[in-house]
Amino acid sequence: MSAYILRRVLYAIPILIGVNLLTFLLFFVVSSPDDMARMHLGEKRVTDEAVQIWKQEHGYDRPLLYNPTADGTARLTDTIFFQKSVKLFVFQFGASDDGRDIGHDISQRMWPSLAIAIPVLLVGLAFNISFALFIVFFRGTYIDIGSVVLLVAMLSISSLFYIIGGQFILSKVFHLVPISGYDQGLNAWKFLILPVIVGVIGGIGGGTRWYRTLFLEEIAKDYVRTARAKGLSERLVLFRHVLRNALIPILTGVVVVLPLLFMGSLITESFFGIPGLGSYTIDAISNQDFAIVRSMVFLGAVLYILGLILTDISYTLVDPRVRLQ
Amino acid sequence: MSNGIRTGLLSLLVLALTGCTDAAWNDPYPGADAEDNVYYSSFEERPKHLDPARSYSSNENAFLAQIYEPPLQYHFLLRPYRLVPLSAAEVPVPSYFDAEGNRLPEDAPASAIDRSDYLIRIQPGIRFQPHPALAQDGDGRYRYHALSEADLGGINRLADFPQVGSRELTAEDFVYQIKRLAAPWRHSPISGVMSRHIRGFGALAEQLGQRDQQGELERVATLREARIAGVEVLDRHSFRISVEGKYPQFNYWLAMPFFAPMPWEADVFHAQPGMAGRNIVLDWYPIGTGPYMLSENNPNLRMVLARNPNFHGERYPSEGMPEDLTSGILADAGKPIPFIDRAVYSLEKENIPRWNKFLQGYYDASGISSDAFDQAVQIDTQGEPILTDAMREQGVELLTSVEPSIFYMGFNMLDPVVGGDSQRARLLRRAISIAVDFEEFISIFINGRGLAAQGPVPAGIFGHREGEAGINPFVYTWRDGRAIRRGLDEARVLMEQAGYRGGVDQETGRSLAINYEAVATGPDDRARMNWIRKQFAKLGIELVIRSTDYNRFQEKIRNGTGQVFMWGWNADYPDPENFLFLLYGPNGKVEHQGENAANYVNAEFDRLFDTMKFMDDGPERQAIIDRMIEVARTDAPWVWGFFPKAFSLNHRWLYNAHPNQMANNTLKYRRIDPELRERLRHAWNRPIVWPLWALAGLILLLVIPAWWMVRRRERSTAL
Amino acid sequence: MPLIPVVLWTDALVFLLLALVLGFGLYAARHEHLRAPWRRVVRSRVGVATLVVLMAYAVVGLLDTLHLRLAQAQQDESREVRYSPEVLSLLDLALSGLRARQEKTYSAPFATHLYVKEAIDQPDGRVVRDYPRLTHGGAHLTDPASQRGLDIAWRSALGLTKGLIFWALISLGILWLIARRRGVSVTDVRRLILAGRTEVPWVTALGMLGVMLALAFVAGELATKYHILGTDKVGEDVFFQTLKSIRTGLLIGTLTTMVMLPAAILLGIAAGYFRGWVDDVIQYLYTTLNSIPGVLLIAAVILMLQVYMSNHAESFESLVERADLRLLFLCLILGVTSWTGLCRLLRGEALKLREIDYVQASQSLGVGHFTVIARHILPNVMHIVLITLVLDFSGLVLAEAVLSYVNIGVDPTMSSWGNMINSARLELARDPVVWWSLAAAFLFMFSLVLAANLFADVVRDAFDPR
Repeated sequence: MSAYILRRVLYAIPILIGVNLLTFLLFFVVSSPDDMARMHLGEKRVTDEAVQIWKQEHGYDRPLLYNPTADGTARLTDTIFFQKSVKLFVFQFGASDDGRDIGHDISQRMWPSLAIAIPVLLVGLAFNISFALFIVFFRGTYIDIGSVVLLVAMLSISSLFYIIGGQFILSKVFHLVPISGYDQGLNAWKFLILPVIVGVIGGIGGGTRWYRTLFLEEIAKDYVRTARAKGLSERLVLFRHVLRNALIPILTGVVVVLPLLFMGSLITESFFGIPGLGSYTIDAISNQDFAIVRSMVFLGAVLYILGLILTDISYTLVDPRVRLQ
Repeated sequence: MSNGIRTGLLSLLVLALTGCTDAAWNDPYPGADAEDNVYYSSFEERPKHLDPARSYSSNENAFLAQIYEPPLQYHFLLRPYRLVPLSAAEVPVPSYFDAEGNRLPEDAPASAIDRSDYLIRIQPGIRFQPHPALAQDGDGRYRYHALSEADLGGINRLADFPQVGSRELTAEDFVYQIKRLAAPWRHSPISGVMSRHIRGFGALAEQLGQRDQQGELERVATLREARIAGVEVLDRHSFRISVEGKYPQFNYWLAMPFFAPMPWEADVFHAQPGMAGRNIVLDWYPIGTGPYMLSENNPNLRMVLARNPNFHGERYPSEGMPEDLTSGILADAGKPIPFIDRAVYSLEKENIPRWNKFLQGYYDASGISSDAFDQAVQIDTQGEPILTDAMREQGVELLTSVEPSIFYMGFNMLDPVVGGDSQRARLLRRAISIAVDFEEFISIFINGRGLAAQGPVPAGIFGHREGEAGINPFVYTWRDGRAIRRGLDEARVLMEQAGYRGGVDQETGRSLAINYEAVATGPDDRARMNWIRKQFAKLGIELVIRSTDYNRFQEKIRNGTGQVFMWGWNADYPDPENFLFLLYGPNGKVEHQGENAANYVNAEFDRLFDTMKFMDDGPERQAIIDRMIEVARTDAPWVWGFFPKAFSLNHRWLYNAHPNQMANNTLKYRRIDPELRERLRHAWNRPIVWPLWALAGLILLLVIPAWWMVRRRERSTAL
Repeated sequence: MPLIPVVLWTDALVFLLLALVLGFGLYAARHEHLRAPWRRVVRSRVGVATLVVLMAYAVVGLLDTLHLRLAQAQQDESREVRYSPEVLSLLDLALSGLRARQEKTYSAPFATHLYVKEAIDQPDGRVVRDYPRLTHGGAHLTDPASQRGLDIAWRSALGLTKGLIFWALISLGILWLIARRRGVSVTDVRRLILAGRTEVPWVTALGMLGVMLALAFVAGELATKYHILGTDKVGEDVFFQTLKSIRTGLLIGTLTTMVMLPAAILLGIAAGYFRGWVDDVIQYLYTTLNSIPGVLLIAAVILMLQVYMSNHAESFESLVERADLRLLFLCLILGVTSWTGLCRLLRGEALKLREIDYVQASQSLGVGHFTVIARHILPNVMHIVLITLVLDFSGLVLAEAVLSYVNIGVDPTMSSWGNMINSARLELARDPVVWWSLAAAFLFMFSLVLAANLFADVVRDAFDPR
C-alpha cells in the first residue's frame, strides 16, 4: 500500500512539471512582463524607467527559460521560469504581483471556501440520495417520470439564475438573510444560508439524476432479485442492499471532489462577496495577477492528483476485492 | 395553530437563528455594534497600495486621506476650491530667486525665475498614531526594531504586537517622505514629475538607483543618510523645498498624500526579515497623524478605521458659501472633529447587493449605479434631478456636484486617415464630432449625470465658460438660450467636403472603415459599443470595434496604433493646466510617454500653453485659455465628450455629507445619529416569515401523501 | 450579382459538420445495425417531440450561418459593383424589420411607450416628463390604451390561422409521402396515425410541429408591429437578439465536441489498443490537461487570442470576423478541456475490445494495426462517442453563460444568451425591474437545453446496450 502511494506521488511529479510548463508558457505569451508592470504601476504618469524598475524588483527582468549570460547551473536557475515556477513545488508561492504574500492569502481564504463547499456537499448528498431513493422506489410510475422531467428541467437552468433568483427573493423581497457579505468565525453562519441553499438547489438536478441511475443499475442485479424473492420488503431491499452497495461509487465520487473543495466556487463566491479562493482566482484573472493564477493552477493540479490517489485508496478500503498493485 | 403558539415558536426560531431577538435577520453586521457611533460604507476593489508614496487612485485615497495628513488640504465648503493648512501652520507662499540667488519680487516674469522656495512650517505638538514601530522600552530603545524570526512567532497582524508607542511629528518626517518618493524601489508614480520640479530630486533618484541591489534594511539606512539638494530641514518644525523655476501648481501637490509625513521608524520596522511573508508591510499598514487609523485591515472582507487617540484636534469649519448658511451644513461650525468613532468599509463587488443594502439601511451613503437611477432619481420638468417619492419617504438625501474630470473620444492624430493636420482629416473629425451625439450618450448610459463638453476644461475649473460664449461653434449653435447640436445634414456636407460622400472615399471608391479601440469588461459595454457604432453609421462610416483588455488598449494607445478611442482624465488638482496639458504637444503619448493620448501637436497651442501655465488666474489668463480652446476646437483632436456629474445619496441619519470633489479627507466632518438609524433599520427590515410557513406547509403537503403512497405501494407489492 | 456569399471560419465548420452528418446518415441507412438504434430513437414519443424542437432551433441556426454581403446601391458612374462591408446572414435579412426597428432604450414586451420617462416638448412649448411613444412598437395604433388588446388578439388569431394552414399543408405532404411509400391511400394513413398504429409516433411529431409552427407564425405576425419580448438598453429588439443567440448556443454545443473528436478518438483508441509507452504518454497528456482548472485554461487562451488579434489587427477587419474567431477559439479551448473524459472512456473500451476473439484473430492473421482499428475497434466504440456528444451538448450551452460572466466567453458584441444574462444582472436591480431580457434568454435557453437533455436520454437508452 505505502509503496503504491509512493509510486503514485512520484508519478505526480512529471504531471506537475507539465502543468507548470504549460501554464508558464501560456501566461507569458499572454502578458509580457512589461504589460504586468504597467498594469500594476497604475494609469497615470508611468515611464519606461518605472517599468524597468518594477520588473527588476519583481524578478521579471530575467530571461524566460535560459540565461546565456550566467554561469553553470545559474544558466537555468537565474530565469523567470525557475524563479517563478519551480519554487511552487515546495509550495513557496512567493509574492503576488501587487506585493502580497500568496501563501498567506491562500491559507486565510481557504476557510470561507470550505465553509460553503462542505455544507453544500453534505446537505446536497443527503437530499439527493433520499430523493433518488424515493424516485427509485416508485420506478416505472408517473412519479418516476414526473420527477425525472423535473430533474432534467432543473438541470437545464443556468446556475446564474439560481443565484440571481435566490438573492432577489430571499433577501430583497423577504428580508430573511443578508444579501451578501461575510464575517469571521461563527458570525459567518447567516451569510452562508443563502449560498448553501442556492448551491444545494443548483446541484439537485444533476446529483439526483446520477444517483437514480446508480440505484437502478444496482436494483437490476441478481442479488437484489434474490433478496426480494426471499420476501424482504421493498424498503428493506432498498436500504439494506441497494443503498449499501451503491455507496461504493457514491463514496468514490465524493472522495474525488473532496480536495477540490478548497478551490471554492468561482461564481458563487463573487456574487455573494465571500472572500474565498474562488473569488481570489476571479479577481486575479481580471487583474491579470498571473503570480496568483499560476499558484492557483498549481494548487488545483496538486489537489486533483490528490483526489485521484484518495479515490484509489478509498476503493480498497470499501471493497476488499480491489487490490492495488 | 393558535397565534400565541405561533409567535412563541417564531421567537424560538429567531432566538435559535440569531442568538438575540432584536437584530434584523438580514443585518450584515454583528448585533453588538448596532447603536454605536459607527459609519458604514463599502469599497468595490481592494486597495492595492496604502503607502502614500505609491498610492495614486481614488479608492485608495478614500482610506489614506483619513489617516495621513499632508501639509495642506482643500477647504471643505468654499468654492472655487481653496487650499488651507492641515499639518502645516499656514499655506506657504513661494519666494522667487534668479540664477544668481537674488530674491525677486512676486510679480517677476516667469522666465527670470530660476527657483521658487517654499518654506513650510508645521504645527507643533502633532503626534503619530499609536504604532509598534514607535514603541520604546525604558532606555529609549526601539522595542521592535531588531526582531528575529523567533520573535515573530504567533504574529500574523500588526495588532499582534503587544506594545505601541508614539512620538511628535517633526519636519524631518516630511523630508524623509520626499526622499522615499525618489527611491526607485518605492515605485512612486510621481517620481518622474517631481524630478522635473524639485531641485536635486532627480540626482537623488539616480544615486539611489545605483544602490538598488541592497537588502531592505540597508536601503532604509541609505535613504536616511541621503541628502536631497533642494529640500532642507530648517529646524524641528520647519523645512524648505526649492522648486525649479516658477511652478504655481506646486501647492496643490502639497495637498496630496504623496507629501504626507512618514516616520523612518516605520520603514525600519517593516523592512525587518519575516514581515513581508506575513503581509505586514507599510503598503498595507499605514501610520499617520490624521483623525483615524486603520484598526482592521482585511482587504478581502472589510477595512475598519478607528479614531486616532493621539489626534491633534481640528475644528469644523465655520466659513462657507452663502447657500451653506441656510442649508444646515454649518450647524456644527466650530465643534471639534471627528464626530464618528469608527468607520467600517465592507468589500462589495457587485452593484446589486450594494444598492439593496443601502436601501435596507446597512450603508449610510451610496452612489447611484446607472441601473438603480430610475428608482432613486427623477428629472423634474426644469431638468433638475429630484428624488423619487419612494426615496423621499425613506428620507434619503440627494447631493450632486460636477466632477473635475472629462470623458472624451480621442482621434489618434498620428493616424493617416483620422489624424494629421490636413484639411480633409480635420473636416472628417468635425463631421464625426457632430454625429456622435453625446447628449444621447449621457441620457442613455449615465442617466443624464453629465454635461456635454464644449472644450477640455470642466465647469468649476478656472477657464471654463458658461452660456453662449462657451459653446463649441463647430458642433453647436446657440438657439433659444441653449446649445443645440448641429444637424446631421451639416455633418454630411462636411463629409462630402472631406471627400467621403456617403461614407465612401471618393479617391479609392471604398467605403470608410474606422477602427475603434474599446475595452470590454462588463455587460454594459456591448450596448455602449452598439451605440457608438450607430453614431458612426449615421455618416455611412463602418466602425470596426476592436475590443480588448485594458492592457492591450493602453499598449495600442502607447504605440499609436489605434484610430479612435474613448478615455477619461481625473484632475490631480483644480487648475486648467491639468486639463489643457492633455493636448500639449511635448506631452504626446507615443513620443514622450505623456498623457496626451491623441498625440495632438499644434505649435500655437503649445506656445500659449507655455505662457498660460505660469500665470495666476485673471482676465489675461482667461483670454489665453479662450484662444487655446479655440485652436483645439478648430482642429478637433477630440470629440469633447462630457463632464460627469457625481450624484450621491445618503440616509437622513447622516449629516455633513457635503460633496467635495477635491478633498478625500471628508470622513472627519461627517456625523451620524445611530439611534435613529437603528430604529429605521428595524422598521425597514422586518423579516417576512410567511414564506417559511408556506414552505413548511408545502413540504408537509408533499411528504404526507408521499409517505402514504409509499405505504400503499408496499402493501400492494407485498401482496 | 446582388450579393456575394461570405464563409466565416465557424460557417465552414458547420458545413463540414453537416456534410459529416449527412454522410453518416446515408451510410447508416444502408447498414441495419446502425439503423436499428436510430429507429428506436424515432419510435419514442419523447424522441420525436424533442427532435422537432431541436430541428426548429437548427433551422434558425442554419439560416444564421449562411452569411453574405449585399451589393451597395450604385453611387457613381463606374460599372464596378461594390459590396457593403456589413456581413449579414439570411436570418438577418429575413428579420431585417426587427433589426431595423430600434427604439431609444428599454421598453417592455408589447409596450407602446418607452419604459423610462423623458422630457417631451409639447406643441404649446411646455416640457412635460412622461413616457414617450415608441417609434415602432405599436406605432400603428392611434389610441394604444383601448386598441392594443384587441389588436394583439386579432394579430395572434391571424398568425395562428396562417400557422395552422401552413401546418396542414406540411402534414398533408408528409401523409402523402408515407402513403406513397406504403402504397395505400392518404386516408388510410391518417386513420393509422390517429389510431397510433404507426411505428413512428406521428401524432406526437405532427402535434409538436403544429405547436412550433403556430408559435412561430403568431410571433412573426406580432413582431411586425410590436416588440414582443421588449427592447434592451439601447433599444434593440430582444426577440431578435434571442433568435441571433441561437446560433451561438448551437455552435458552442456542437463544434466544441466536433473539434475535439478526432483527437479524443485517435488518442483514446491508440492508448487502449497499443498500451505500453503509447498508453503512458497519452495518459500523461490527459491527466496533465485535466488537472489544470478549466476556467483558468480558458481564461489564458482567450487573453492570448486578444493579444494575437491586436497584433494582427489588419487581418480581422470586420467585427463579425473578430467575434467569429473568438467563438472558434472558445470552442477549441472548451474542446481541449473536455476531450479528456471521452478519451478515457474510449481507452477503457479499446482495452476491453482488443482482448476479444475476433480482434485477437485478426492480429494473429497479420492484419495491420490500422485496419484492425478501423474495421473492428472504431465501429464498436461509435455509440460511446455519440452518447458523449449528445450528453455534452447541453452542458456546453450552459457553460457559455457562466464564462460570459467571467468575461472570457464569446465576444461581447456577439449575441449570446450568456451575454444577455450577464447584462440582465444589472437590469434586475432596477426598480421597476427590467425582467424581459432575462426571461427571454431563460425561455429560449431552457427549451433548448431541456429538449437536448431529454433527447440525450433517449439516445443513450437506444444506443447503450446495457
